[in-house]
Parts: sequence; C-alpha cells; structure tokens
Amino acid sequence: MISEKGIGEPILEADAISLAFGGVQALQGVSLNIRRHEILAIIGPNGAGKTSLLNVINGFYHPQRGTLRWKGAVRRRMRPHDAAAQGIARTFQNVALFRGMSTLDNIMTGRLLRMRRGLFWQAIYTGPAEREELEHRAYVERLIDFLEIEAIRKVPVGQLAYGLQKRVELARALAMEPELLLLDEPMAGMNVEEKEDMCRFILDVNDEFGTTIALIEHDMGVVMDISDRVAVLDYGRKIADGAPDAVRADPAVIAAYLGEER
Amino acid sequence: MTRDIAASTQPLPGAGAGTSERHPLDTFPKLLLQHARQRPGSAAMREKDYGIWQSWSWAEVAAEVEALAAGLKALGFARGDKLAIIGDNRPRLYWAIAAAQALGGVPVPVYQDSIAEEMAYVLDHAEVRFALAEDQEQVDKILAIKERCPHLETVIYSDPRGLRHYRQPYLHAYERVVEQGRAFAAAQRDFLAAEIAAGSGADTAIILYTSGTTGRPKGVVLSYDNLISTAATALEFEGLSDREEVLSYLPMAWIGEHIFSYVQAYCAGFCVSCPESGATVMQDLRELGPTYLFAPPQIFERILTQVMIRMEDAAWLKRRLFQYFLGVAKRAGAAMLEGRPVALHDRALYRLGNLLVYGPLKNTLGLSRVRIAYTAGEAIGPDLFLFYRSLGINLKQLYGMTESSVFLCIQKDGEVKPDTVGPPIPGVELRVAEDGEVLFRSPGAFQSYYKNAEATAEAKEPDGWVHTGDAGFFGTDGQLRIIDRARDVGHLAEGSLFAPKFIENKLKFSPYIKEAVAFGDQRDFATAFVNIDLEAVGNWAERRSLAYGSYQELAGNELVGDLIRGCIEEVNRDLAAEPTLAASQIRRFLILHKELDADDGELTRTRKVRRRTIAERYASLLEALYSGADSARIESEVTFEDGRKGMMRAELAIRDVVTAPVRRETPPRLPAEPVEAVA
Repeated sequence: MISEKGIGEPILEADAISLAFGGVQALQGVSLNIRRHEILAIIGPNGAGKTSLLNVINGFYHPQRGTLRWKGAVRRRMRPHDAAAQGIARTFQNVALFRGMSTLDNIMTGRLLRMRRGLFWQAIYTGPAEREELEHRAYVERLIDFLEIEAIRKVPVGQLAYGLQKRVELARALAMEPELLLLDEPMAGMNVEEKEDMCRFILDVNDEFGTTIALIEHDMGVVMDISDRVAVLDYGRKIADGAPDAVRADPAVIAAYLGEER
Repeated sequence: MTRDIAASTQPLPGAGAGTSERHPLDTFPKLLLQHARQRPGSAAMREKDYGIWQSWSWAEVAAEVEALAAGLKALGFARGDKLAIIGDNRPRLYWAIAAAQALGGVPVPVYQDSIAEEMAYVLDHAEVRFALAEDQEQVDKILAIKERCPHLETVIYSDPRGLRHYRQPYLHAYERVVEQGRAFAAAQRDFLAAEIAAGSGADTAIILYTSGTTGRPKGVVLSYDNLISTAATALEFEGLSDREEVLSYLPMAWIGEHIFSYVQAYCAGFCVSCPESGATVMQDLRELGPTYLFAPPQIFERILTQVMIRMEDAAWLKRRLFQYFLGVAKRAGAAMLEGRPVALHDRALYRLGNLLVYGPLKNTLGLSRVRIAYTAGEAIGPDLFLFYRSLGINLKQLYGMTESSVFLCIQKDGEVKPDTVGPPIPGVELRVAEDGEVLFRSPGAFQSYYKNAEATAEAKEPDGWVHTGDAGFFGTDGQLRIIDRARDVGHLAEGSLFAPKFIENKLKFSPYIKEAVAFGDQRDFATAFVNIDLEAVGNWAERRSLAYGSYQELAGNELVGDLIRGCIEEVNRDLAAEPTLAASQIRRFLILHKELDADDGELTRTRKVRRRTIAERYASLLEALYSGADSARIESEVTFEDGRKGMMRAELAIRDVVTAPVRRETPPRLPAEPVEAVA
C-alpha cells in the first residue's frame, strides 16, 4: 500500500528546531521530516507545540535555533506569503475565511498568487485578464466539484455550517495547488458524518492531486485511519515518530496521553 | 394491435417524417438515429458540470451512444443481456440505456440509494451481466454483493475518483470502454446500424423494479410498444413539442422519470437537463426554467414549505404583501387559469399581484416558464394543489403506474379539480370492480413481472385487464377519483369508512408535519403517528428561542406537541365537513422519536409509508394509543447512514385531540344525500 502510493524523499526537513516565547519553550530541538506524498499526523496533548510547529513550517514564526530545509535548500528567514509562493498552503484551527464573501470568491482568493495580470488589466477585464480569470475559475470549479460544494457556490460563507466552512477552507488552500498542505485540526467540532466526509476528502486530495499533507488532529481514530506516519509532541519535544500502530503501542506516548504511573 | 398505435406516433414532431412502412421508428435507438439526422445541431442533453451547463446535440448524443454500445459489444455484451444502471441522473447513464437497447439488451436501472441488500436482490433476480456504476459509492456496493450475483461479470464506472487503487479485473473505466468502442466501431463500420435494425417494437425495452409497499420488488417488463405508444398519446394530448425543457432529477429507476426524461424526450425530440448534484436541484431548476415539469407531491410540498419559512423570516412589508396577494390568488387565480369569469376588481388585483408577488416568486422557484406541470405518485393536498394553480402554474394531476407505462388518466386543461385524477386518455379503458378496485386495459399495459408468472397472473387477467390495487370511483363528470390503496381502505369498528392515506395526506399538508401514519381499521377510533418536519419546526422553535440538540429532542418538546395538536385539530375540522369520513377524525396521536426511514424499511424508496411494517415495529406504541395511557416507551433498532445498527430508546407522550362536531347540513346545489343505510 505504502509503496504503491510512492512516498518519496523528504520535501521538508526540520532539524533541531527550538522556539520560545519569553520564558515559554514552545518547541525544544524538534527534528521532523515530511516526505513527498505522505500523510503525516502530528499529535500530542494540548500545549504540546503542534500549532507552533505548523507556524514555523509556513514561516509565521521564526525559530531561534535549528534549520529548515525546503526541498533540500536551507530556508532563510521568511514570511508566510513566501512559504505560500514556495508551495505550502494551510488551513486554520479556527476557520479563517472571508465571512461576507461567497464560497466561490473565497476559493478564488486562493488563486491570487497565481494571477499574473496586474491591477490595471484586472480592472478593465479584457483580453488576457479575462482569459486568465476564466482559467482560474475553471480550476476553482474543479475543486468545487471535487469537494462537492456545488450547492453552496454562491452562498456567503458566514451563513454556512461549520463543517462546510472547513471544507471551503480546504478548497481555498487547494486552490494554491500546494505541494505541502498543512491542516490544523481539520475535523475539530465536526459530527461523525462530517468527519467521515473530511477523511475521505483528505485521502482523495492526497491520492488525486498527489499533495503531501501534514495535519494536526485530536481524534485518534481518524489519525490511525488516514495517516501514513504519526509524530507525537509533548511539552515541545518530539517523543515518537513512526507508523500509526507502532506509535500507538509506544509507552512514552501512552504516558504522555494518560499520565505516568507513579 | 399495439403495433398500430406505435405507428400512430409517426405524425409527431420528429418521430415520423421520412420513414416508410418498412422502417417504423419503434425503438428508442431508431428514434435517436432519426433525431441525429433531422435535428443534428439542436440540444438533446445538458448537464451542469464545473459550474457551466454543458450540452450535447442529438448528433453528439448519437455518437456517444454508438461509442458506448460498441465498447459494450467489445466487452462481450450480447443480445438479451441486462445492463444494470446505478447512479444519479447523468447524461452517461441515459446514454447507457440507449446503448444497451441498441444492442438488443435490456437496461435495468436501480435506485441509487438502495442499500446493498436491495441491490443484490435486483441484480441477482434480473440476472444482470453488466453494470454501470456512477462512482466509487456505487462500485463499493456492487463489490460487496458481487458474490451473491453469479451472473454479474463486468462493472463499468463513470467517475474514476477514489477508484485508482481498485485492482478487480472486471472493473472498467467508462472512458476506456468508450475508447475501445471507437476502435471497435472503426473496424466494423455499420455494425450498430445492423444491431439497431434488428430490434422491434415488441421487444423488451426495459425492466423497472417497483419498490412496492409490501414484499420483494417486482421487475416490470415493458416493451418499446408499451412505452412509445403511451408516451406519444400523452404528448399529443398535451400538445408538447421538441422545444420543451425538462429537468431530470428524480431517480432513474422510477417509471415517471424514465417516461419524462427518456421516453418522451426521444419521442418528441426535446432537451433533457441533468442537475449539477442532488443538492443543487432547486438552483438548477431556477436557472433552467423548465417548460414541462413532473414532481411527486412531496417536492411541491417542500417548495411551499421553504417559501412559507422564508416569508415568515421576511420583513413586515413583504410579509403583508405576500399574505394579501396570496388571498387574492386564492380567490381569483385558479379561475383565471381556467378561463372562468372573474370579477373585474379581482382581475385587476391579480394582475398587480402577478407583478409584485407571483411573478417574482415563480421566477425564484424556476417555475416561470412551466406550461404543464404534473403531480402524481400520491394524492396531493387540495390546498397545496390550489396554491400552485392560483399562482398561474398549470399544475395537473395524472394517474398511472409502472405497470401502465404511467399514463392512464390526465386532467384536461380547464377541467382540473384537486380531488380527481382526470378522465382516461385515448386508448385506455378503465373500469371499477365491485370491490372498488380500479382496473385498466391499455396499449401501455406491461408484459409481465420478470420471472414471476404467479404475480403476473394475479395482476393481469387473461383478457388484458390489469388490477391497479387502487380503490377509486368515477364521478358524474367522468373523472376518476382515487381514495387509497384498495387493500388499505378499511372500516372503523362501528362500520364507517376509514381511508388512512386520505387522512395522512391531509395531515401532511401542514408544513410542520413531514410524515404521518394513520391507524383505525377495525378500531374504535382513528389515531396517528406523526413525524415533524425538522426544517419547519426547527425554524418555528428558533423563533421561540426553544433550544434543541436533535430531532428526538425537538420531537419530544412539550410546545411542539401542542403545535402539532393544533394542526391535527384543523384536519379534524376538515374531516368533519365530509360526512363519510367524519367518523375517522384523529382522537389521539404521538410524535415519533425518529424520522421514518427507507433504510429501516419504514418507507419505500419513493417515500410511501409502509403502514403494516410500522404497525408491527411500533406495536407497543400503537397499543398505548388505544389503551388510554398518556405515554409509551419504545426501543427500536435504527440503521445509521454508514450502515451500522443501533438501539434507540425513548419515552413518548401521547396526546388527545379535540374532534370537531360533524356538520350535518348538506351543502347547497348538491343532490340530497341518500338515506343512511341501517347497519
């Protein structure tokens, strides 16, 4: 199964990353690889540093120590939009969409980085700008079809149920055609049915678009079902990293989740 | 005999011109080729995909069907083979029907929401060798039951998504099949023309499995002659042309959908459009603006419920305008539609209302261009029916069934009444047996139930009369009235008539009641189980700041119970107005803790209640309704969406309802009632 999927070389290598906010050590010497085409789950108790790690990866935080390599090249200090331009997209723990805009427009914003025509051409909307817009719209329509959100295409996202908003956010991230997709708790607050749908979409995205996915998730059932590999963080340190079954049986992981026996 | 009637289709637009006696257009593939020659460029099929209406002309459809047929042939599809077709309404699935027919095979559409168990029965019983599945969901179901269907050899899927890692050798992608078909067709020119020419009107065109309210589904075998003659008569009756627009959104396995979106489209040459997805039907309806529309009463009911909910949330002025002009429409609308005289004052007001309310409303609903809308499948509430007619929409009732290729009766323009289904259409003979059951004889009468001679003999007399199983009578106006299923019509213990469906339909006309099941046969009085409409009652609760977390919680709410009691009391007042039914007013009711569901076998796939199953399953509740208890406990098994089963427990409140006094005075202008028979 794994070999069939063709999980390849690491596209992102984090080496001994440390990040502190004042006296709080969010990450302490975390090393983690994300391999091309895999689904990596990052788990850990609350405050373990999972979101901080995602923020480091997409350039929102800059680690005090450690290096990040993106496709083999060491990454310098950068901003989130640089990470986006390199092909890293993400969704957020709390949905971060433009609430007053329609589903379609929200997803179109994901294409902004790929639009070549400047403000002038866009404003007069003719010739090349029109052609470009149509191409982007066509791509976005493929995503709408893929994520089965045709019925809400024109609905302002503020009116949508939470589960659907999460789906729209996923669509917007996919609109960037990312190589690496970071999902911060894509299933938080969903009911069983919505979770099942979301699992299927994540697997299908990985399968059809070949996107590498790193996700943070608390639902262990989901994690064990869909991920190829699981990394466990606890108090800012990585305490385990491996196949889901191996991680589940790891005493250090059990201790971190259930508390140590005294 | 049927051949003559098939021949009479030929003067129809498109169907007949330029054909000689030797080459009658008596099968759908022949009609398709004819359209491809006569109107190659006009649209035959549309589908909204990737946000745009994609369309195919008749010539393109013919090419697609040819390629698919050749691909099937290359895979070994032979004359007489069955092709199961499983999925939502998609052009490719329609082409598959024509492709199978072109090769002399028989398409067997299957309800796409069937659970694996039901699907296994149909595929096995029909001895299906080939199956076309829309997507992974359907493929997974087929794989799960493959072993129980020994005849099934080849499965073709249309949407490859998620199927990349499936390795079964008998799975084929639609694109590949069509590709191979093109190569095959290139190598053997004109093979298809020969295959098509070998078909004739007496051949089996399709087998449709009826959901049936009892027992196993039965495969209704219909010939080309059955379908073409019936559809053509109806087209002529209504003056429909090749310019109609139809939206195909009801299950393809249902005869109604098949007649409107395939048979009549091929007979008349009009364009059929497929919605983007099941969830976008209302939006697509609005964009398309069909001219010819068919929907079971539930759909019209859902539309009305949505309108009413939205109006209750609307601003004060809009709400007042809506209510006022709805009153005007109620007074004048239906009469104006039928060309009866209307007071000048009302006429003017109606025009104004059309400008301010009806026009925009119809436009929003996608009903502006409707020339003819049918409702059938179940009786429609008179208020619901008249609502649409009063807006100027020519909504009519028809009567028919799978066994009759649909059309038996259609209401004539200008003679439309809410409680009749119209007179029989030309070519149809109808009679009512002594026990009240309606029988018919027509060119559309089915051939047989597939591999079920016993059931065929039971339904079809040797002289061609077919039992409908419906109880009805002819009024003095020559129009048929259907009361109920013949076997469901019963009597209260004191002897008066009890027609449960009639009562249920009245109950369901309330926007707050989604389903109702009435009991009373051989009992002292009538009672009912009620399902609330989650959307409408939820909205009602929201406006009263009632918190609820689930259907069960909302259904159990005290105030909701009062609301439903109010609805039932209204129905009782209605029933009291009809002397024969006044005794079956609802005395007690309860609100069920769960929605009745086809997956639990409580409804048929076309959402008709299975009264007997429900009575057995909820026997303890039924007992409590008649025991005088004020509450009842229930434990029931439910099937979740993912197929798992679980137990549901609940304590349900039982409520008494006030019955209305029976109005004794006879309405004027009606003949005096016969003296009541002494029992």
